[in-house]
Amino acid sequence: MIGAVYRPACLEELWPLLDTGAAAMAGGTDLLVRRRGGEPCDVALLSGIASLGEIVGENGWLRIGAAATHAAMARHPLIRDGLPGLAGALGTLGSPLVRNMGTIGGNIVTASPAADTLPPLYALDARVELVSAGGMRQLALADFLVGPGRTVLMPGEIVAAVLVPPPLAGARHHFEKVGRRNALAVAVASLAAVIATAADGRVAEARIAVGSVAPTVVRCTAAEAALVGRRLTRQTLSEAAACIRQAVSPIDDVRATAAYRRQVAGNLLLRLCPGPDAV
Amino acid sequence: MSRPVELHFTLNGAPVCIETRPGRRVLDLLREDFGLAAAKEGCGAGECGACTVLVDGEPKLSCLMLAAQLEGRTVATAEGLGTADAPHPVQAAFAAHGAVQCGYCTPGMTLVAAELLSRNPDPDRETVRQAVSGNLCRCTGYVKIVDAVLAAAKAGQGEKP
Repeated sequence: MIGAVYRPACLEELWPLLDTGAAAMAGGTDLLVRRRGGEPCDVALLSGIASLGEIVGENGWLRIGAAATHAAMARHPLIRDGLPGLAGALGTLGSPLVRNMGTIGGNIVTASPAADTLPPLYALDARVELVSAGGMRQLALADFLVGPGRTVLMPGEIVAAVLVPPPLAGARHHFEKVGRRNALAVAVASLAAVIATAADGRVAEARIAVGSVAPTVVRCTAAEAALVGRRLTRQTLSEAAACIRQAVSPIDDVRATAAYRRQVAGNLLLRLCPGPDAV
Repeated sequence: MSRPVELHFTLNGAPVCIETRPGRRVLDLLREDFGLAAAKEGCGAGECGACTVLVDGEPKLSCLMLAAQLEGRTVATAEGLGTADAPHPVQAAFAAHGAVQCGYCTPGMTLVAAELLSRNPDPDRETVRQAVSGNLCRCTGYVKIVDAVLAAAKAGQGEKP
């Protein structure tokens, strides 16, 4: 049950509310479900703090305010046109209704290993900006998310923004999610990749992240290394897929078995196979 | 228990003012205080869309919104879309195409369909399917619902709800 609801207009008004125990609430799509039937708690709405909702390009970096909704991100030109992997993930997240309410900051702080935005953000080398009354710090996503539902967020601190570095020039962005159905599905396994190739077709840089197959989303550095310097043939991708299957530590749950998840996590990379006329 | 607050917002075209606890669900506020029963509780967790309302024209889940979030906003429920005597074109098309069976999902379905047609008057079948993908129907199998939305679009009647 929710008690008092505060609507701070700026961060300075937010800090004393967090000090008195109010929970920061962005879209509410996770928080209100978790708090159903629980002890009464007070919330401070982040939606009234304008700076937290902004999506802006800064020197090639993209700064996504934590309270930007998934729908606002999906229609922003810098994401829709410039980050197709992230845009693809946003299109599969929840439902249109959830995307109109849920936010990027909430998706990160909830810290689900199945969060749809996280594999693309890992593959983009995104960082989080954490702000508190005492100052600001920046962390790589992998340093912020430490387990299912667990982050290193300190009391009195919020995720203020996600920072995406300039994308690799000409890189291919890929995202695919496997779920039990198309809409409103929690990922059984997902994979995001950003792959830059040289003029001769050899991979210059590869970044691969998988979701729902370990306690957190994970980057697969062995699979990345297996691709660098080589062309994206079925043979090369199959070897990298084997690296992915080795790197993950999935569990059995109501949605899928661990063995299925391990197999599929690797298979998802084979989607990058060229057509029959390419070598 | 927190103190009641006074909220001001626009509901189905009319300005309203109400004193209520700020942490109540919008769904409960609409049904219990305003007697607007079109929005329904299905799952209570954002997975079924039966509680859909439009807030500032955007479809939202009223089971996951707090009363205080309505301050200064414009809210529309299916009651505001049309009446039995003067239905919205989407509502008329739902009736004509057999898109209503038990009716539990219908208010949410018609709201998201009307919102879709207000920004995209000529959607293709896949776009309609995507638009209603957050609203579960356990009766119709969706075919007649999508048919009805496309028929409403074809009639060139996608005026703003």
